[in-house]
This record gives sequence, structure tokens and C-alpha cells, in this order.
Amino acid sequence: MKLLIKNGRVVNAAGNIDAVSDILIEDSKITRIARDIKDRADTIIDATARIVMPGIVDMHVHLREPGREDKETVASGTRAALKGGVTSVLAMPNTEPAIDSLERAGLLKEIIRKTACANVFISSAITKARAGQELVDIAGLSREGILAFTDDGFSVENEELLLKALELSRRNKVLVIEHCEDRKLSAKGVVNLGLVSTKLGLRGIPSEAEYERVERDIKLADKTGAALHLAHISCRESVDAITRAKKKGIMVTADVTPHHLALTEEAVLDYDTNMKMNPPLRTAEDRQALRDAIRAGIIDVIASDHAPHTDNEKAVEFEHAQFGTTGLETELAVAVTELIQGRILNWLDLVRVLCLRPAEILGVAKGTLNIGSVADVIVVDPQKEWVVQRESLVSKSKNSAFLGRKLKGAVEYTIVAGKVVYRAA
Amino acid sequence: MTWLRKHLLGLQELSREEIEMVLASADSFKEVLARAIKKVPALRGKTVVNLFYEPSTRTRVSFEVAAKRLSADVINIAVETSSVKKGESLIDTGRNIQALRADIIVLRHNSSGAALLLSRNVDISVVNAGDGWHEHPTQALLDIFTLKEKLGRIEGLKVTIVGDIAHSRVARSNIWGLTKLGAKVTVCAPQMLIPAKIEELGVRVSYDIDEALKAADAVNVLRMQFERDEGNAFPRQVEYFKNYGITQERLEKLKNNILVMHPGPLNRGIEISAEVADGENSVILEQVTNGIAVRMAVLFLVAQAKEKNETTH
Repeated sequence: MKLLIKNGRVVNAAGNIDAVSDILIEDSKITRIARDIKDRADTIIDATARIVMPGIVDMHVHLREPGREDKETVASGTRAALKGGVTSVLAMPNTEPAIDSLERAGLLKEIIRKTACANVFISSAITKARAGQELVDIAGLSREGILAFTDDGFSVENEELLLKALELSRRNKVLVIEHCEDRKLSAKGVVNLGLVSTKLGLRGIPSEAEYERVERDIKLADKTGAALHLAHISCRESVDAITRAKKKGIMVTADVTPHHLALTEEAVLDYDTNMKMNPPLRTAEDRQALRDAIRAGIIDVIASDHAPHTDNEKAVEFEHAQFGTTGLETELAVAVTELIQGRILNWLDLVRVLCLRPAEILGVAKGTLNIGSVADVIVVDPQKEWVVQRESLVSKSKNSAFLGRKLKGAVEYTIVAGKVVYRAA
Repeated sequence: MTWLRKHLLGLQELSREEIEMVLASADSFKEVLARAIKKVPALRGKTVVNLFYEPSTRTRVSFEVAAKRLSADVINIAVETSSVKKGESLIDTGRNIQALRADIIVLRHNSSGAALLLSRNVDISVVNAGDGWHEHPTQALLDIFTLKEKLGRIEGLKVTIVGDIAHSRVARSNIWGLTKLGAKVTVCAPQMLIPAKIEELGVRVSYDIDEALKAADAVNVLRMQFERDEGNAFPRQVEYFKNYGITQERLEKLKNNILVMHPGPLNRGIEISAEVADGENSVILEQVTNGIAVRMAVLFLVAQAKEKNETTH
């Protein structure tokens, strides 16, 4: 089987290439990139005026299976991913029950094998049942192909325990991902602490709740020499701490969500529960710091923190609504609209933060268009405008922070392992 | 000017003109309350449902009296007696009340934003009778009405609000209303009870009650709810009264004659001394009477707006 993508603007951050070329895919692999490939092919895609880039590697996705199949499943979540140009996801382990043992990882692997339509990598909790008490079998799970360990939703409160986890992760060459939040400081907060929390009469979450934990975790990474990844960074002070750590050569990486790059706390002003997330949307100053950081490479990755919730969990009083927004179907378009159009990133930068860096951090051979690599490729119309509408969302859950927003940039084709698995209507 | 709002959710969204319209309308209804027969047929055939998720005798009774003076039928639903305890959502409860062909829901709820949520999910009118720490518009309107009645104007008045500003919907609604009408507002409390960036709402912050009372035309004393302290964030009760309590001794030091208001219910000896509460500066009981006139005005205006909106369809 031959698939030829003609005349697209091929953007491959791995080779620092951004040029109009053709791409030939034979069976599951990329075999040639050149101008004017004349080979006969079974399928030819005309990508004139389109961006051809690696499929997105989203390292922070809640697929909710097993346990909360009413919110999302591996099948529905990966279908949503394909529509958004995401060909690989790291599934978060805060399922019900949590992925915290070989047996549970094995069951999830089986579900993925049977139902996933994109690549799904599994992460495990750091502690059993994410209770912060007892470490999971990091060595054993690593041998079974678990790439990352995180108690996401919680930070590991116990410093000794996290230190131990970092030492084990270094020895086993896997990644620890921390959700940085000191619950004593975030307390029962539901929005950023500041003018908006004051206006709305809602409990605030101070930035300290995040950055003090970021600072603590960086110290532990430094002590152990382990690779530590910090998820969904939201405030200026955290960026400052990561900047200092990187200057010192500490093995720390970080991601930011599209919503923290696009929105501020002002979006919450009419109690829209789709704008309720953890960490909360913060100030314009924080957003600027995040944008500067993604541009400078201080923050390495954009990850969606796709957090599907049912209508019933969102159509309630603000303080009782679940935290989170979906993101798989909108992350690319939000990035194009806010970052490419806003001249914060160019396409090479964008491919680096959406595809290449997350793959490197996870240690998977994804996120490139290199010759010989498995062909996970997307074709994007960078000019196409569309409005995020509830009815058109593929995810089981409709809690998008971008509902009603006009975005620029739409996926036309998603190719996984050489097969066209999504095609825009 | 005509009143177009089907709901009254807060003073933040009202214009100066709209606030003045409620005050003017309350003026006429206050005159009704002075009559021998204190009833007008304005809402005859309408049903007002008081949906209260928090215990509140004062506000609930005030709305009930107001609705009855307008000849409406009144139904009171308290959280303990409804199906809410069984887990029915606010939206479902609201839709059920609408299906019973009620016309106005007066909602008291412990979650900020609850009135807005309900208003977006029913077609009938919603009047916010207090949502969490967010707004309590009719309380602020009756406070402003009382101030205007006593002092003749709002523009240029110096009003001090003292107490737990952080957790007070009364404070927030008063701040929005008073600043829109041109009053100069000072909020006064220990630092832990002042919410973040409150000065950006156009108020002055003071931590010294004697300084905050100096030159003030009126002081609005908030009820201190020591029972809701979580994690000992509150000052000690005795200390609070010593440093922030409104006492006769404090008032006597002032050169100005100051009006003392309190939204009730009073905690005598906690935020205000009995002497001041019952003294000649106090207008606390007049506030209660004015509350009926203001709530009559609000119920009347939103009911009217609802009909206008429907006929223009």
C-alpha cells in the first residue's frame, strides 16, 4: 500500500525542516520526502496550502476507562483524539479503580488493544490507589512498558515517598509526572485567588499552592538526578522556578495546557462551569509568562489535560461542579489561533511543543516525520475557521471551555501507521 | 425609562438608572404600607415561590409580606421539607416549580452563582435573595433606600462597611450599589476578612475602625458569623468586639453624627453593643420596614418585565 501526500508544507521539528515537499508512505512507514515524487500510489492526498506534520503526542489525557465510561472510554477518547490531530496519548491513571498494579495495567492494555483507534501509552499511579501512602511496583510496571508514573489530581504529599519514587524512576528510566498542588493552600478553592474570586464570592486558590510545590519537587529532582515532569503549569512564579532549575541543569521538564495559554480568570466571571479547572485559569500576567515560557522552551510541551465530565457534573452550582475541560478536539486549533496567529510560535516551534518534545520526554519513537519512522501524520488546513459546537464534538463529554468560540486551523486527515483513520467531512 | 429585567440577580449588573428606578418605585410602595388597608392588587393571580436553601426567617418573611401586600399567592419551600435533600438538582427543582405555574422564584442559596444558574434554566423570574458570598441585592437596595430616606442623597456620602467583608454578600451588593450612585465606600475589618484586591472595586480599605468611622455619614455593621470559621482564620470573638465592635463609646468620640445600620439578625455584644443597636443613631428597625417596600418594588418590576418580554415576542 502506498500513500502519497503531495505539495504540503512539511513541518518536521526533528530535522528542523519546514518546506514544501511530497511525502511517500509505504505500508506503515514514511519512506521518502522529496519534491515532486512521481511514484504511483494507491491514495494521493493533495495537500496544497496545507500543513503536513507529525501526529500530536498528547501526554496528559484522561480517558476515564475503566470506571467512568459515562464520561469517556478508550474508544470515544481516541476517536476524539483523531479528530483533533492527536495520534498518541498518555492515559492518566486516575481511573476507577486507579491503574496502580500490573494486573490493572494489563486489563487496561487489553481494553486498548481491543478498542483504541490511536496509540495509547499507559501511565501508572505513583502510590497505591493514589492515596499517597505506599509506592506501586515501579520496577515491575516499568518492565511491562509503563512509561510514566503520576498521582495526577494529587501531588505526592509525602516528600520521602516522592524521593524514593524518583530514585526508582531514575534506575528504571521512566518518568515521574507531578501535579503540583499543596492542598493545604488550595484548600477548598475553586477559582484563582484575586479580583475574580472576590467579585464572584468564590473561594480562591493562590498561586503559592502550585509554585511552592514546584519548588519542592525541583529540589527532589535535583537531589536524585531523576527526570521529573511538571504537569499543567499555570502561574508566573512556577515558570520562574523552572527557569532557575533549567539553568542549573536539573532534569526537569514541564507542560502547559491550551486553555491556560488562551484564557484568563476573566472567563469565569459568569460562573461558566466549563471554565472551572484545576489549576484554575489565572491572570493576564500569568498567561503572558506562560506564553513567553513556551516560546523560550522553558515550558517544553503543550498537553491538553483532556478532562471529560458529564453534563450532570457540570450543570450544577459552580462550587460543586467538577474541575476540568475537554481538549483533544480543540488543542491544535487553539494553538493555531492563539500562538501562530498571535505570532508567539512559528510552525516549527508548534510541532516541537505538540509532537517532538512530548515524545522525547516520554521516550517514545513518535512526533517526527523522519524517514523510516512509523507514519503518524496529520494534514492541517491552517486557514480554515470553525466554531466549536457541542453537537460536533466526538468526545462523550461536552465540557469544552471553547464552546461557541471561533477557532482557526482544522485537521483534514489523520494518518496512524500509514492508514487514513480520520478524514474531515 | 422602562424596566426590562425579568430577573434580579445582583447589583453588579444594574445601571445607576435602574437602581434609582427601584428606589423610586419603593417610595410609592412605602406609601401603601402607611395606609389603613396595606394591600394593592398589582400581582393578583401571580404565585411567588420562596425557595430557601438556607435558614433565613428575616428575608423570607420580608419577601412573603411584600408578595402578600401585592396580592400574590406565596409558597414557601425550605430545603428541609423539599426533595432537595434527596439529591434533586437546583435546575430540576426550578423546573418543577415552573411546571407548577409559579411566576417568580425568590431564591436563597448557599452557593455563589446559584441565582444566575437557576435564571438560565427556567423561563420564570428569579429574584436573588442571597447567593453564597456573592450578592444580596434586595438587602443592599433597602440599605441604600434607608440611607437616602434619612440623609436625602447618596452621591458624595461616606459609607463605612465593617465586618466579615470576605464572606459577605451584603458587603458586595452594597459596594456595587453605593459606588454606582456616587457614594465613597470604606470597608473595615481585620486583614484576614478583607478579600483579595477589593480596592479594585473602587473602595478604600481600612484596618482601623476609629479611623474608618471618622467623617463617615453612615456605618453598615455586618453580622459576624464566628460559627463558620474554618481553620481558625477568624479573630477571637472578644478581641473582635474590642477592636471592631460598634459601641457608644466609639460613637461619642466622633464629631459627626453617624447613621448605624445592620442587616440583621443582630449579635448584640459581638459586632454591635446593645446600647448602639437600640440608640438614637440606629435605623435598624426602619431598615426592616423599608425592606418590605423595596421587595414589593422588585417583585412588581420583574413581574411586569416578564409580561413585557412575553408580549413583545
